[in-house]
This record gives sequence, structure tokens and C-alpha cells, in this order.
Amino acid sequence: MLIKSETPEPEKILEVKDLKKFFDIKQGFVGLGHQTVRAVDDVSFFVNKGETLGIVGESGCGKSTMGRSILQLQKPTDGSVLFEGIELTKLKNGQIRKLRKDIQMVFQDPFGSLNPRITIGTMLREIVNTHHVVNKTESKSYVEELLEQVGLKKSYYDRYAHEFSGGQRQRISIARALAVRPKLIVCDEAVSALDVSVQAQILNLLQKLKKDYELTYLFISHDLSVIKHVSDRVAVMYLGQIVELASKEEIFEHPLHPYLRALLSAIPLVNQPKRERIILSGEVPSPINIPEGCRFHTRCPFAKDLCKQKVPAFEQKKDGHWAACHFA
Amino acid sequence: MGEPQLQSETVNRVQINPLRKKRNKSYSKLMKNKLAVCGGIFVVLLVVLAVFAPLLAPFDPTKQNYGQILKPPSATHWFGTDTLGRDLLSRIIFGAQVSLKAGLISVGIALTIGIPLGMISGYFRGFWDEFIIMRVTDAMLAFPSLVLALTLAAVLGPSLNHAMIAIGLVFTPYFIRLARGEVLAQREREYVSAARASGLRNFSIMMRHVFPNILGPLIVQATLNVASAIIAEASLSYLGLGTQPPTPSWGAMLAEGQGYISQAPWISIFPGLFIFLAVISINVFGDGIHDWLDPKLK
Repeated sequence: MLIKSETPEPEKILEVKDLKKFFDIKQGFVGLGHQTVRAVDDVSFFVNKGETLGIVGESGCGKSTMGRSILQLQKPTDGSVLFEGIELTKLKNGQIRKLRKDIQMVFQDPFGSLNPRITIGTMLREIVNTHHVVNKTESKSYVEELLEQVGLKKSYYDRYAHEFSGGQRQRISIARALAVRPKLIVCDEAVSALDVSVQAQILNLLQKLKKDYELTYLFISHDLSVIKHVSDRVAVMYLGQIVELASKEEIFEHPLHPYLRALLSAIPLVNQPKRERIILSGEVPSPINIPEGCRFHTRCPFAKDLCKQKVPAFEQKKDGHWAACHFA
Repeated sequence: MGEPQLQSETVNRVQINPLRKKRNKSYSKLMKNKLAVCGGIFVVLLVVLAVFAPLLAPFDPTKQNYGQILKPPSATHWFGTDTLGRDLLSRIIFGAQVSLKAGLISVGIALTIGIPLGMISGYFRGFWDEFIIMRVTDAMLAFPSLVLALTLAAVLGPSLNHAMIAIGLVFTPYFIRLARGEVLAQREREYVSAARASGLRNFSIMMRHVFPNILGPLIVQATLNVASAIIAEASLSYLGLGTQPPTPSWGAMLAEGQGYISQAPWISIFPGLFIFLAVISINVFGDGIHDWLDPKLK
């Protein structure tokens, strides 16, 4: 047996390397005009077992596409996704299907992600039976137990999705992800569609389940406060790339990239001296025409000539703090 | 002074409207249910007529009686008699057998071929969808449906069974198209992604998740096509490729009465009326089933 050192190196459960996902758009007569949307453009990161990695970025920056590419719901254009050392991008459909027992997803839209025509009990039971989580005879009581674990009543077993509120539906989505006893759950904007008070309930539920089942989360959101609440480490995405990645404390206390600094300076403070705001001008460029050089230079208040010419490397600036900026 | 009045008016409106709206909605739902039930009853009645035709018909539908030619409706011949003196009521009762068979079986053929092909095509996309199934349906849809049915029926030879097969094949591309289109719309919905993310098999996603959600439009299309199939069978029979005389079919009877429309309109009116009622009741009944299947309207 291997002798473990005093502070064991955290085990990587998921490792994403150079992940790319491009979409082709055909335009004009018989599709002669041809453009490419670079939704996820060369993203690399890893998730340690038992932690929550928050991915934050504004709408359209490729967060959700990245989540779907990791789960192989959309085939990535290039790059590799290693889950516990298994390369997911090269697996055949049947093999991926079996691996889905370990990686689950909670979807954004609590109204669209549940089938309107079947009862939630039937839906959950089908998943449990497909993956042989428990004996077929026990699956009903297992599903009822599952409903109670996510804060719903056993009696909801025979109800249809439209009979629930948004928060309850998201609990059902969580139950669905949890049903197969996964190791990793990708939460794609899992609370964005909910009221703030309901958001808090769902976030607390997720935290509780994480403890109870030793889960690992990849938590995708556009909401900095939500990310700050749930994450151990945080990655900031801008236009299909990760521009900064560090532990939560580090990244919120000492942001390096001008993008994150600008975002954080926009949060209003109560009972504290006013701080200097960094105002971003302009709009996010289209992922069809990504700017040359640093992709943030068109909006960066500190941009120099170098930024227009050279792409900054995503490198370790401090211990465990990565950023893609020439001047950080 | 104008403003307070206006306010009270809006308040009243706010209070009254929801009530009225609710009542209207439940009333129209009730009406719709009633219609569906009526449609269902008439469909059942037709089935009973067809099954028990030999017991119910007052006369032999093929027996010619030259003393009773072109008699208008009377106590003995409720619907009158035709050019050969045959009792029209008896012919309509026996005709229900042919017409229902033609309508249901040909649509059944179209459904059993069309829905699986359309669903596979839409769900998996790719070469088979784009270059084989869709192009074949395009080619079939390019022909006027009656001409295609005529050709098929002529190739197969004149008989009711062949006419049903021909009509079924002609209707198949409509179901392929419809099923494919609906699946294409549904497969982009997040619950399908969620089912895939849950690791369900493609077959069970198609059968248990996608199929129930595309059923509504398919039922509506099917009931409409049952109606068209009854008429198509009538057309083929008229051209001599469907039911062979003297077997009665509503379509053939309608055609026979054509030449006597001014002297003896009942020859055409009664079969026409039955085609009309059958078509409407099947449609209304199908609509009712559609609503009944929707859990949101329960």
C-alpha cells in the first residue's frame, strides 16, 4: 500500500484541457457565407474531489456550453475532458451513458427541464431502474426517500411537473441528479431562475447534500454573490475563456484581472467609504469576431499597445492564482 | 372629478373580469367535452352499425327490386331507394363496414409506418434523415395524392384491400413529416437534454419522453386523415379501383347518385350526410382525446 503524506495532494476528479466548442453558422444562399462562433475557446482547469468550483461570467460567455461539453451533451470540437482519469471525449455513446451515473447535471430552467407528460415519481424511478441503483422492488420507496431528502413530500410522487412552483421544480431537478448517487454534479445556473429567498433555500439544500453525500460541484452562475456563497475556488470566464482562477478568498480580496476588478468595484457598499469604480465601456464583442490580442482589450481601461497585439498567457501569477493579463 | 370615477371603473373591471373569464373558460371546456362525447357516441354508433349490419339492416343491401326504383324516403324505405331499387338505409348500414374499415385501416397503415420512421429521422438526424427518408417523402408529396393512390391501386389491382394499402401509403409521408418536425422541436427542449444527462437509453427517451409530447398533433392529423381516407376510398371506388359493386360503400353510393341529383337527390344526400357526420364526429372525438391526454387540462 502507498504511504500517504501528512497533507495529501487533493485528488483531481475532473480535469479539462484545452476544451474548445465551436458552432458553424451558415449564412446566405446555400450556406456560402460561413462563420464560426467560438463559444468555448481553449479552456483548461481541474476540479478537486469534494470541492465546489464556481464558474462565473456574463450571459453568452460560454459557461453553459462548457458545462454541456463536459457532460458530452454536446460533442466538444477539440480538447480533452478527464473524469477520474477516463477520457470522456473518446468514449462511445453506450460507455458515456454508463458514466452518467457518476456525473450529473442540474439544469437552469426549472420549467423546461421537466417532462410535462409524466409524473415525477415515474421519471425518477425510470432513472433509478436504468442505472440499477437499487432493486426494482425497492425503487419506489427509494424515490420517496429521495423526495424527502430534497425537502419535498412523499405524496408528491404522483404529481406532474406543472403542479409545482419554480423552487419545488428545482428541488425535483436536484433529486433527479441525486438519484443515481453521482460523484460530480454540474449545476448550470441552478438558482438563476428563482427568487432570492428561494435561491437561498436551494443553495442551502445543495450545501447540505454536498456534506451528506460527499459531492463535488461545478457551479456555473452569472451571479457573483451566489458564487461567493457556494464556491471553494472560482474561475472567471470572459468570451469563451477563463481569465482568472483562484481560491474564493484570494480572488475576491485580491483580484488581478481588470475584468474581475471592474465587476467587483461595481458591487455597492453599505456603510463604507466609497471606493473607486472601474467603469467598463462598450459591449462584449461577438464570439464570431473575437478581438486580436487580449480579448478584453476593447473594454479594458488599462489596455496598452501590447494588449492589442499579443494574446496574454493564462499563467500562475501567485501560488494558486492564475490570470490571463500582461500587466497583472 | 373625472379621475375617481375612472378609478372605480377600473376597480370594478378588475373585480368582474376574472370571474367572467373563469365562467367562460369552464363553459367552453364543458361544451368541448360535450362535443367530444357526442362525437364519441356517434363513432361507437357507426361501429355498432358496421358490426351488426346483417341484424340491423331491414333489407338485403344488394337485392334489386325493379318495382321500387328511385322511390323517395317512405315508411318502408326510410332513406328511399336507388336506381336499381335497392334500399338505401340497408346500403348505408352495410356501407359503414367498408367506409370505417377504409378510414381506420389505411390511417393505421400510415401511422405504423410513418411515426417510427419520422421519429427516428428527427431524433437521430444525419444521413438517413437528410438524404433518404426526407427525399423519399419529398418525392411522394410531389405527386397529387389521388393520382398516386390511383397509380398504386392500379398496380396492385382493383379491390378494397389494395385501395386501403394504397391510401395508407399515400398518407404515410404526412405522418413522417409531422412526427419528424415535432421530434425536432422536442429534442431541443431541456427535458430531453436532462433525460440524456440522466443516462437513459435513446429508445426509452423516444418512447417515454418524446412520444407522449408529440402525440397531440399526431392524433389531430390522424383523425383528419381518417376523414380524408373515407373520401379517398370513395374516390377510388368511383373510379372502379376500390370497392367492387355490388358491395355498398358510401363513396360509391355518393357517386352513383350523381346522375340523378335533380330527380332523386336522396341517393346522394344520405351517404353524403353519413360521410359528413362520420368525419366530423371522428375529428371532434380526436380533439377530445387530445385534451384528455394533456395533464394540464385535467
